[in-house]
Amino acid sequence: MPTVTAPPTSPYQSAYDSLASQSAQQPAWLRDLRRNAMQRFAHLGFPTARRGNEPWKYTSVAPIAQAALAHDAAAGAATLAHLKRLAPWRDAWPRLVFVDGRYNARLSSCDSLPRGVRLHTLAHALATDPAALEPHLGHIASWTDDAFVALNTAFLADGAVLIIPPGAVLEEPVHILHVVTDGAGAIAAHPRTLVLAGDRSRAAIIETFVSASGAAYFTNAVTEIVAAPSAQIAHAKLMLEGAASYHVGGTCVRQAQDSAFTSASISSGAALARNNLAILLASPGASCNLSGLSLTAGSQHLDNTLSVDHAAPHTTSRQIYKGILDGQSRAVFVGRVLVRQGATKADAVQRSKNLLLSRGAEIDAKPSLEILTDDVRCSHGATAGELDQSALFYLMSRGLPRDAARSLLVQAFASEIIQSLAIAPLRTWLDRRLALPLAASHAEVPA
Amino acid sequence: MSPSPLLQVAGLRASIAGKEILKGVDLTVHTGEVHAIMGPNGSGKSTLANVIAGHPAYAVTGGSVRYRGKDLLAMTPDLRAREGLFLAFQYPVEVPGVRNSQFLRSALNAGRLHRGLPELELKEFNKLLKEKMALVEMNPSFTTRSVNEGFSGGEKKRNEILQMALLEPTLALLDETDSGLDIDALRTVSAGVNALRRADNAIVIVTHYQRLLDYIVPDFVHVLVDGRLVRSGGRELALELEREGYERIRQAVESAQPAKS
Repeated sequence: MPTVTAPPTSPYQSAYDSLASQSAQQPAWLRDLRRNAMQRFAHLGFPTARRGNEPWKYTSVAPIAQAALAHDAAAGAATLAHLKRLAPWRDAWPRLVFVDGRYNARLSSCDSLPRGVRLHTLAHALATDPAALEPHLGHIASWTDDAFVALNTAFLADGAVLIIPPGAVLEEPVHILHVVTDGAGAIAAHPRTLVLAGDRSRAAIIETFVSASGAAYFTNAVTEIVAAPSAQIAHAKLMLEGAASYHVGGTCVRQAQDSAFTSASISSGAALARNNLAILLASPGASCNLSGLSLTAGSQHLDNTLSVDHAAPHTTSRQIYKGILDGQSRAVFVGRVLVRQGATKADAVQRSKNLLLSRGAEIDAKPSLEILTDDVRCSHGATAGELDQSALFYLMSRGLPRDAARSLLVQAFASEIIQSLAIAPLRTWLDRRLALPLAASHAEVPA
Repeated sequence: MSPSPLLQVAGLRASIAGKEILKGVDLTVHTGEVHAIMGPNGSGKSTLANVIAGHPAYAVTGGSVRYRGKDLLAMTPDLRAREGLFLAFQYPVEVPGVRNSQFLRSALNAGRLHRGLPELELKEFNKLLKEKMALVEMNPSFTTRSVNEGFSGGEKKRNEILQMALLEPTLALLDETDSGLDIDALRTVSAGVNALRRADNAIVIVTHYQRLLDYIVPDFVHVLVDGRLVRSGGRELALELEREGYERIRQAVESAQPAKS
């Protein structure tokens, strides 16, 4: 007799059932949304890396599907000192802190926000002003065709909500910080962020996922951003999860006329991670500038999948993603640009550059353009290579030891992304944070 | 008896991608001397300079190189540099993303640490850098730019001599430093090199043309043809080559050798 395995969704179903019974106070529309999303997840199941399943062709999430994860664990203890050691920090930054998936009021601070700007937990916003969320929550990130978004939506309970009124300008970036404590074990968290940026508003948002835990925990995050006309939003995602963890994160952005969205996605953590970034340039004049840097080593697997939908004329997109791969790690870059019919004068550039520091590392880079209209300017390209040997010799010929020369060249490769970060304080922090793993991994490379 | 040489190259053979370029080179350099290695294109001049500096693309297949009494070929390129060897590149490499000043300071401090000296603090370094940049008449804006990125040919060569001025090598190899320089840049670069001439260091100039030697006057001139030093002499040999070209020397060398089968 063949072995019969339980459907992989069943642990999630029981976790959902127990959560559903506790959330009777949620508005009816949300309970409906969550129930539908759970049904959808049960139907879709976890995606499989097989031919014909294009979005998941290069990434197997079997380890996540098979993981035994706790949905009801209590949060561990974290201190400000702990956070400052792990994450970029300015006391002036308004922040919401989530520890082991739970909101921590003591570590959070929303003091320095301009008048009218609302930064709350999702639970608070749902309890006090659900009508403000209803048109947007679950509508930007599609849960009907993505199992992870469906799962996150099914477990919608808490997260961050940032509502910026028209014309408001935030001088300091808002930091949404997710930290998993060392003792948390194999937990699952499904945090949700919703950003509603009003007309002509300006703001920067940092989402940090960080941990020093060695546990195989799972973060399944979804961020929805709505940029109203002429809004200027800078978003940075720092994915610095624990070494044995799994991270799937979807960031979905809808941009109105003349809005500008800047994204920087920096990834160096997790054993298995997938960053989805989906931009809808819905109206004329909308533009986005998407940059990414990933550092992988050991047996890490990191997948950056981007899609930019030029749905209106005079829309602009820029993508520059860089990967630095060491050890036996594997990275994936899939960038899809769609220029719809009628989206004339669309202007799209896609670039993927990858540096392979070891023979065992592997990159799948697949930029793609789908152009359904004439009169557009689009280009794409992908490169992968080793360190420039002539540059290495040049630096060594001036007395720099091999490891120092390598480290300098790797940092130089990364600097194009780091130095272009819209949020300036992140530059120095990342320079220092990323230099450490680089120096450590080079020491292991034989001359 | 003369003091022990700074550099002693004996029977040096080297190849690149399986093709032998140097076929037994002998060269002795003492401190206080300036040597010029001249020769036609493809004779192996740049190979000689690069092999001495330790370029990994070349394989040494025979002979020996002693530098300050030590086996130079056993040293890594970076160790050679920290021991006071310097190669001014014919084609300086662009290194996008590495700031020139950061690179120069790292290089200088690597050498200082090697000699048991403390690292230069940023302030002291900047003062020294300013002084040396004046020597090669380099615009201060070049310190904040990436190493050689977008520099003109002349700017790259000035940057090489700037590095030489900062690192104060015991043995400097200048590989076609005059190529791509207009007359003003040539004067500046030469003046920079001449200012670095001392009784306790030596310079080996690799050049195709005699022109540079009007500005940096050598004590010895050697002619390299087909991977061998075929003639050595004083300053006058360079002038003879300028007058008569390499062809005569090549013919003289070929007629003196048995024909290749």
